[in-house]
Amino acid sequence: MTQLAKTLTIRSSPHIRANSGVDTIMFNVVLAMLPVCAYAVYVFGMAALLVLVTATLTCVLTEHVLCRINGKPTTIGDWSVTITGILYGLTLPPSLPLWIVIAGGVIAVGVGKYLFGGLGYNTFNPALVGRAVLQAAFPAAMTTWPDAPLNRFGSLPSSTLAIPLTKPVYDGVSGATPLSDWKFNGDAADTSDLFLGTISGSTGETCALLILIGGAYLAARKMMNWQIPAAILVTVAVFSGVLSLIDSDQFAGPSFMLFSGGLMLGAVFMATDMVGSPITHLGSILYGILIGVLVVLIRVWGGMPEGVMYAILIGNAVTPQIDNWIQPRVYGSVKKRPAS
Amino acid sequence: MIDAVKHLFGVKTFSHGIHPPDSKDGTRDLPIRQFAFAPLLIVPFSQHIGKPAIPVVGEGAEVTRGQMLAKPDGFMSVAIHAPATGVISRIGLTPAINGKMTPGFFLKPYEASTQEVMEGAVVDPETATPEEILTAIQNAGVVGLGGAGFPTHAKLKVPEGRSIDTLILNGAECEPYLTTDHRVMLEHAEDVMRGIPYLLRATRAERVIIAVESNKRDAAESLRAAIPPGQPITVEVLPVKYPQGAEKMLTSALVGREIPSGGLPLDVGVICTNIGTTAEIGHLLPRGMGLYERVITVGGPAVKKKGNYRIPIGTPLRFILDVVGVEDDITTVVMGGPMMGAAASSLDISITKGSTGVIAFTERETGRVNNQTEYPCIKCGACVDACPIFLNPSSLGLLAEKGRYDEMVDDFHLRDCFECGCCTFVCPSHIPLVQKFRVAKAAVRKAAQVAK
Repeated sequence: MTQLAKTLTIRSSPHIRANSGVDTIMFNVVLAMLPVCAYAVYVFGMAALLVLVTATLTCVLTEHVLCRINGKPTTIGDWSVTITGILYGLTLPPSLPLWIVIAGGVIAVGVGKYLFGGLGYNTFNPALVGRAVLQAAFPAAMTTWPDAPLNRFGSLPSSTLAIPLTKPVYDGVSGATPLSDWKFNGDAADTSDLFLGTISGSTGETCALLILIGGAYLAARKMMNWQIPAAILVTVAVFSGVLSLIDSDQFAGPSFMLFSGGLMLGAVFMATDMVGSPITHLGSILYGILIGVLVVLIRVWGGMPEGVMYAILIGNAVTPQIDNWIQPRVYGSVKKRPAS
Repeated sequence: MIDAVKHLFGVKTFSHGIHPPDSKDGTRDLPIRQFAFAPLLIVPFSQHIGKPAIPVVGEGAEVTRGQMLAKPDGFMSVAIHAPATGVISRIGLTPAINGKMTPGFFLKPYEASTQEVMEGAVVDPETATPEEILTAIQNAGVVGLGGAGFPTHAKLKVPEGRSIDTLILNGAECEPYLTTDHRVMLEHAEDVMRGIPYLLRATRAERVIIAVESNKRDAAESLRAAIPPGQPITVEVLPVKYPQGAEKMLTSALVGREIPSGGLPLDVGVICTNIGTTAEIGHLLPRGMGLYERVITVGGPAVKKKGNYRIPIGTPLRFILDVVGVEDDITTVVMGGPMMGAAASSLDISITKGSTGVIAFTERETGRVNNQTEYPCIKCGACVDACPIFLNPSSLGLLAEKGRYDEMVDDFHLRDCFECGCCTFVCPSHIPLVQKFRVAKAAVRKAAQVAK
């Protein structure tokens, strides 16, 4: 008679599982962002590299330390905080003083993620929470972008290593982004420059092409809900297209709107944050349309050149309500779930 | 959404569902073989939902293979037959898959017996009334061989004033590893065709659709070739997808009708029956025999001599594993398929009429499933995309964590969950969702009983 070497394990079905894991998905998102990071370093040099590395290390360390302080096992292994760190770094101007980068990173993870309960419970995209706080606290530093310096690997902007709590000098390196140029001077940049990112802007928002390639990779591996960026981009294109038909002097056309500023980065890597976006397909599309409309509204009529950050944060805020309204229609039921 | 588009273009399928690796290569080409008799067969009185059958033989009785051992107790009960010629050594408690003990027969087969099968009154589908056919099916002890153990005659009974137009025979066999229905369709297509007239006569259905997944095209061909001329029988080949074999999914895919929540296929004019059950009816009723053995896939990574075997009801798991041989690091034995089957707690439990497979896993596979880190729900929506009845397992899971069971039932249709396990299969956070739903359902049931 059979004598088993081990006792039988009893567990609930299913006894087989798909080969997927949160850590795998998150790691692939990191992979998809690496070309964008590499290009940012290529364009902006050492300053961008320092900002990205500092931002990522700050975020990862913040999460690790907070977990340890609270006597819990560290959660940095799921890679989600690495995404936050990289994304946060990509949204910052490459000339931002590193002490501000560190301060914002601690806020991003400490307030934006950990206070809400950590992975899965954060209402807002933590990277954007960090950036939004910096935007309020250091408006000048956050809206000063360097022109790509000639000797980008040989020198740093003087602001990078500024002493904390001093007013840094942006002397000689500050330049206007295409969006502010358009908003305040009425000049629209060339679309191909925008698409390839050979133009000034935040660290990672410049090259639309690489962002789209990263997004396509994730969508192909079913690790990203492509309907969200699609809805956002289509909405922005249609809305700005209609506006420019009405008055092309006052309103920039769709190609400029799509490829300038943080729209691509936000639509592909931030609005698609699974935790902060709706769970159903219909909900995701509504969420994308909402963000797209807000982006154009803020850019055209708002007080600032850029609107993607606020549009996504508002989208995050509305997500629970969208999820409440839009539930899948259960098989064989005529009536939808009553609103609770 | 893509599934809905496919349906528009005539691909017969249902929405959502998953594509687990079908893992059928190990046994799909192995013909059905007769399994040896165990020295002791353990036959519970109840291998069906409904009341246990009432024994008609006592301890010490000598019985013949195929002889009725227990008769049905009421409409939802079916007869039990002797799986071998031998002696009833004892009537007492037998272990069941759920860990409970239930009454049953302990039967010692005679070693020298020829094991000829007892035959009884023959039922002719041309002349018998629907009622006579249903009674014959009940007395033959036939239950759904797909696993649920629902008495077949009860399922085929069309209530007064109702009518059905379509009979769906389920040969989808969507569970990974299982190949019994595949082999039966391939080797015993004529039994299926012999069974169909009984079902048609009993239900007065107008047409029969046999559903086969596209990974068993040879079986579909074998069935098509066996259809007698002029019969209203079609064979449909469906894309491979789990849980295709669920009645709701089959009905949606084949006739495009949605079974109402809490209802039966009958409510939309359909009855679904397992193909193996149909073949058994076609085999047993023309001979007046009872169900005493069934075809079972013995497979999985831990099994050495994998195969499709005709195994006597009551054969203990230990004997089966002994005969086929298992790897040293076997850790889990699943009765049924890996998606919905139950893990056996002991090797003393026996094969019943509802056993579709015995699938054994080693440390390698079970370790991969058991040692997965559980992450919080990241609301990725994979479960929502997988659930074939469009529930929101993510929300249900979060409510279950907080113990808000009533809300799960009232607002999120928990009762519609038939525990296919798709949500748990796909969840990247490795949350045991379907297990939480089972717990919640049990708690709600218990609360309702207490309230009464």
